[in-house]
Amino acid sequence: MKKQEPTPKIDFKSEKDMPLAPYSLGLMLHNFTGAWRNIRPEINLKECIQCGICWKFCPDTAIYIENEYPVIDYTYCKGCGLCAEECPTKCITMVEEEK
Amino acid sequence: MSNQMHHHGGGRKMRKVIMGNHALSYGAMLSRVQVIAAYPITPQTQVVELLSEMCADKVLDAQFIKVESEHSAMAACLGASLAGARTFTATSAQGLALMHELLHWASGGRLPVVLGNINRAMAPGWSIWSDQNDSLSQRDTGWVQFYCGSNQEVLDSVIQAFKVAEKLHIPAMIILDAFSLSHTYEVVEVPEQEKVDEYLPPFQPKFRLTPDDPHAFGGLTSPDHYLELRYKLQKDMEKAPALIEETGQEFQELFGRKLGLVDPYQCDDAEIILVTSGTAGYTACVAVDHFRQQGLKVGNLRIRTFRPFPFEIVRDILSQAKKVAVVDRNISYGHHGIFYQEIKSALYGHSPVPVFGYITGLGGRDITLDTFRQIIEETQKNDAPSERISWIGVKK
Amino acid sequence: MKADKEIKKKRMRLSLPPEEYMHSGHLACQGCGATLAMRYALKALGPRTALSIPACCWSVIDGPFPYSSLSIPIFHCAFETAAVSAAGLKAGLEMVGDKETTVVAWAGDGGTFDIGIQALSGVAERNDNIIYVCYDNEAYMNTGIQRSSATPYGAWTTTTPVKHYKNRPKKDIDAIMAAHRIPYLATANISYPEDLYRKVRKAKDIKGTRFIHIYTPCPTGWKTRPEDTIKLGKLAVQTCIFPLYEVEDGSTWKINIKPRDKKPVKDYLRLQGRFRHLNEEAISFIQEEVDKKWARLLKYEEVSPL
Repeated sequence: MKKQEPTPKIDFKSEKDMPLAPYSLGLMLHNFTGAWRNIRPEINLKECIQCGICWKFCPDTAIYIENEYPVIDYTYCKGCGLCAEECPTKCITMVEEEK
Repeated sequence: MSNQMHHHGGGRKMRKVIMGNHALSYGAMLSRVQVIAAYPITPQTQVVELLSEMCADKVLDAQFIKVESEHSAMAACLGASLAGARTFTATSAQGLALMHELLHWASGGRLPVVLGNINRAMAPGWSIWSDQNDSLSQRDTGWVQFYCGSNQEVLDSVIQAFKVAEKLHIPAMIILDAFSLSHTYEVVEVPEQEKVDEYLPPFQPKFRLTPDDPHAFGGLTSPDHYLELRYKLQKDMEKAPALIEETGQEFQELFGRKLGLVDPYQCDDAEIILVTSGTAGYTACVAVDHFRQQGLKVGNLRIRTFRPFPFEIVRDILSQAKKVAVVDRNISYGHHGIFYQEIKSALYGHSPVPVFGYITGLGGRDITLDTFRQIIEETQKNDAPSERISWIGVKK
Repeated sequence: MKADKEIKKKRMRLSLPPEEYMHSGHLACQGCGATLAMRYALKALGPRTALSIPACCWSVIDGPFPYSSLSIPIFHCAFETAAVSAAGLKAGLEMVGDKETTVVAWAGDGGTFDIGIQALSGVAERNDNIIYVCYDNEAYMNTGIQRSSATPYGAWTTTTPVKHYKNRPKKDIDAIMAAHRIPYLATANISYPEDLYRKVRKAKDIKGTRFIHIYTPCPTGWKTRPEDTIKLGKLAVQTCIFPLYEVEDGSTWKINIKPRDKKPVKDYLRLQGRFRHLNEEAISFIQEEVDKKWARLLKYEEVSPL
C-alpha cells in the first residue's frame, strides 16, 4: 500500500458549478485528520518483525508500506493507539504530541 | 382477471376497451419501463397485475420486484433509477402516504421515477373511493403532477411523463380517480411501439451510479450547499410548463392527440368559468352544455397539470370571465380547497375576477350534473364569494 | 525513516490484499470498529462494488458532500430501506447491462435489527441477489448512543440509563435470517480480519441474499479505550459472547472458532464503561445466558452440520 496523496478541497463559486444532485466529486484526503491526535505512535524499526499487524489494524488507513517496513502517515493518523496495542513485539510507543 | 381477456397486441396499434388501471399498465409497457416495484392496494391492483402478466409473457422486458410495502416499492424504484433504469410504480392513498418520505427523496435526488396514483380517500374510516387529498398532500414534494380525465389521457400521460421527467430529472405522477376512471372501461387507442419509441427514446441519465465512475449519492449536505441544490430543482421545475406544452405538441403531431397544461372547454366567451380536475372535469363539460342550452354562458377549465402550477395560462383564461367557480374534491383542513387556494393566488395582482370555492365529492361522493347546478346557482346568486367554505352535498 | 544497516531486509508478507478502497480523511472516531469492517470487506469485494448505506455512522464517516472517502459508488438511502434500495439498485444495474457489479447493503444495527428489519425480511424472503452487511456496534451510535434491539443485556445507553439498564436480551438477528432460508449467512469480527475477508469473498460468489453480521466495537458508545478495540473483539469470541459461525440455506451450521479456554464474561465486561454498573448477580445472569446460547449453537451444529 502506497503513501496517499492529498486531494483538493472543492469550493463552488456558483450553483452552476454544482452537480444536479448531491453527489461526491472527490475523496476526503484534503481532510488532515492528523490534527485530531494528542499522542502519536512511533515505530522502532530495529525491533520491527515486519508482521504487518499494525498496517492491518489501522482504522484510518494511515500506515503504509515502504521498503518492506510500515510507515506511519502522520498527516492522517488520529492517534488511536491500536497499532501500539496490537504490535506483538511492542516496538511501537505512543508519545505525547508537543504543542 | 383471467388471462384470456388480455391480448396485449405486442406493440401493435389497437383500439381497445380498457379500464383506467390498464391504461397505466399499457402506458408503462409502451414506455419500455425496465424496473417495476409495487405493492397492491385497492383500487390500483389491476395496474400491477397486468404488468406482472406482461413481464411473465415477455411482452415487457422488465424486472418486477414484488416488494412488501409501498415504502419499499419507492425505495427500490429509487435504487433502480439511480442505476440508470427507467422505473415505474403505482399506488393509492395509504400507499402514497407511506411513500411520502421517499417522494422527497426522488425529487431531491433528481430521479425521474414515474408513478401512477389512484386518487382514493385517506382513512380512517377505510374508504376506497375517489378523493384528491392523497395526491394533493404530496404537492410540496417536488413531483410533476398530472390529473387525468379519461383513460386515453392516462395512457398518453405516462408516455409524456417519462419524456418530461427524464429531460428535467424530476419525478412525475399520473393521477386518476378511483373507480370512476381506474375501473371504468373506455375506448382507448393504444399506439404502436415504433411510434412511441420515436417519441420516447431510451433513458439517457445525466448522472448514474456505476463503479466505472464512482460517486457517493446523497451524502451529508451542509447549509453551505443545500440551498443551491434546491434552487436548482425549482429552476428546473420552472422549465416544466414550457416542456409539457412542447412535448404535448410533439405528441399531437405523432399521435393526433394534444396533451397540454390545461383543457379549456368553451371558455372564450364564458361569463362563469368552472375550474375542475379529474373525471369531474368531464362531468363539468356536460354541465357546460346543459347551461349553454339554457342560455347561460358557462365554460370549464380542466386543470391537467397541477405541478408545476400553470400560472400564465390559468391567468390568461380566467381573467376573461366575470366569475370563476373552483370545484375541489379535497380540502386543506384549517384553510380551504387546494385548487381554490392556488387559483386565487395565481390571480392575485393579475385579475380582480371573483373566485368562488366549492368543496364536494370527498370520499367518493358522486359529482353529478346536479352538483354543478347547485354550484352555478350559488355562484350566480352572489356578487362576491363568501368568507366561509361552500360545501356542496353535505347533509346539514 | 531510513532503515539501519542492522535491520534485516526480508519481504513483508501481508495477510490481506494491499489495495485500499477506503482512504484516510474520513470522520470516524479514534479506534472505530466500523471502519475496520469496511476496510476489510472492500478488500474482499473489490472495485466492482456498489453500496447502499442508510442512516448510520457510515453515512457520516464517509464524509460530507461533495466528498467521499470510498473509491466505490454509494447510494445514501433512507433509513428503513438499506436492503430494498440495494435490491432496486441491483435490478437497475442488471437492466442497463451491468450484471457484474456486486451490490451490498451496508447498515448499522439500527437499520438492520429495528427500523430496517421489514425491508430486510422482504429482500431475504424473495432471495433478492444482494449481500447485506450489518456492522453491529450495539446501539444507535450515530444519533448519540441510544439503545437498539442489538444492545446487549445490562448495557448502559442514553435511553437505558444506569438505573434502568437494558433488561432485554440482544435480538438474535442471525436466527431470524436463518429462518428466512437464505443461501448464506455468517457472523464476523474485525479482530479476525482474515476470517471476515474469507466470508465476504465466499458470499460474493453466491447468488441470492447473503447476510454478514460483523461485530464492531465503538469506543465512544461503549466507553472503552480506543486502543482496546481489537482486544474486545478477541474477547467477544473467546467468551463465546459473539460466536463466529456460518449457516447455509438456514439449515446447516458451522462454528468457525471453538475456544479451547473459554474465558469468563467478566473479562470482557470489565473493559467497558457501559457495563461498569453491573453487580455480581447481573454478571452471573449474563454468564448463564451466554453459556446456554453457546450450548444451543453447538447443538445446532451437531444436529445439522455444514
